[in-house]
Amino acid sequence: MDMKKLLAAISIVILIGVYIFYRMSSATPTPAATTGTLTGNPDIGNINPNASSTGSTPPPTPAPASAYKDGSYTGSVTDAFYGKVQVKAIIKNGVITDVVFLQYPNDAEHSVEVSNHVIPLLTAEAIKVQSANVDTISGATQTSEAFQQSLGSALVQAKA
Amino acid sequence: MRQTRLIMGMPIEVEIVGDDVGDIIDEGFEYLISVDERFSTYKQESEISRFNRAEIGENALSNEMKEVFALAEKTKKETRGYFDIRRPDGTIDPSGIVKGWAIHNVAAIIRKAGHKDFFVNAGGDIAMEGKNAIGEEWSVGIRSPFNTTEIVKVLYPKGKGVATSGSYVRGAHIYNPLAPEDELKEVMSITVIGPNVFEADRFATAAFAMGKSGIRFIENLPGLEGYMIDKGGVATFTSGFSSYTHA
Repeated sequence: MDMKKLLAAISIVILIGVYIFYRMSSATPTPAATTGTLTGNPDIGNINPNASSTGSTPPPTPAPASAYKDGSYTGSVTDAFYGKVQVKAIIKNGVITDVVFLQYPNDAEHSVEVSNHVIPLLTAEAIKVQSANVDTISGATQTSEAFQQSLGSALVQAKA
Repeated sequence: MRQTRLIMGMPIEVEIVGDDVGDIIDEGFEYLISVDERFSTYKQESEISRFNRAEIGENALSNEMKEVFALAEKTKKETRGYFDIRRPDGTIDPSGIVKGWAIHNVAAIIRKAGHKDFFVNAGGDIAMEGKNAIGEEWSVGIRSPFNTTEIVKVLYPKGKGVATSGSYVRGAHIYNPLAPEDELKEVMSITVIGPNVFEADRFATAAFAMGKSGIRFIENLPGLEGYMIDKGGVATFTSGFSSYTHA
């Protein structure tokens, strides 16, 4: 594995892991939709803080006690087309406490200067669940699935 | 008629409105398989693998490979060097640009066969044209990065291309519910609508990798709109995005 990917891997963690984490390990609250941080946020140009304050993400789901053994478990290398995904799951006190990317598909990690000459007219809103009555779906699914596959194989070892 | 197949490690969904479209859908799938054979860096005998082992020189490359290299070079310039298919070890991995390019080409195959109403969705990157089976605008749901069974936005791309990049949080740990607010700025996903799926895909990839600056990058590009979802469940979207949220 090249250094670039290694650096990316170490610093990148997937939130789907959080989802699995909630379901598999503990009844931790999901991230609440927060809009207060938008006001005076110097990083997001001229944001119109017209976001509603309604919650959007799903409520926490209590999960049963885990049977995982403590330790760290390396998952399989899974092809996500954009690149390979491989994760390491760290189990403490029977729950997943961390998922580290050992390999992660990314094109570059060096920073980029983004033009700020045009003041963007960005708008923000809290996401809300919509009707699933659509023709098709867009999401970064294939990498997520590779992640789940790799994590799944790590957790099989943790159960053994 | 709709069919789904797993190619290049991801689900590929093709729908063409009408009957007797099975052959052309198969042709689209066959094309994607041939792209995978040529461009996959995981296949030892692919053209790109042979090129990376210096078994074939630049002059001997196929026209397809040359085209993809040229498009990658263009994208590198347009993203200020951010998007680069050259790896630190000197090898070339064009997969970041091949996907959108290949979907775009499948759409062209279907169009040339005389079909006006169809879409091609490869792992969330979508080319769509015309209307759906009941004569309405095609609709696309943006998947929640927090719950893969939920849709958090409905788009009507009206013939434009759509791509989403993301589902990741940068940081040393899985999201900590008690994390300080500054972490809420982290980007979970960015969905880009562009003139076609190729443009949407390459700029979604680049914008996502830019972190929270990515949405401004999209705002400043003519013909592109974006919807970025951060770790706190807040979406930030570009000025022209709302024209795609109704039929």
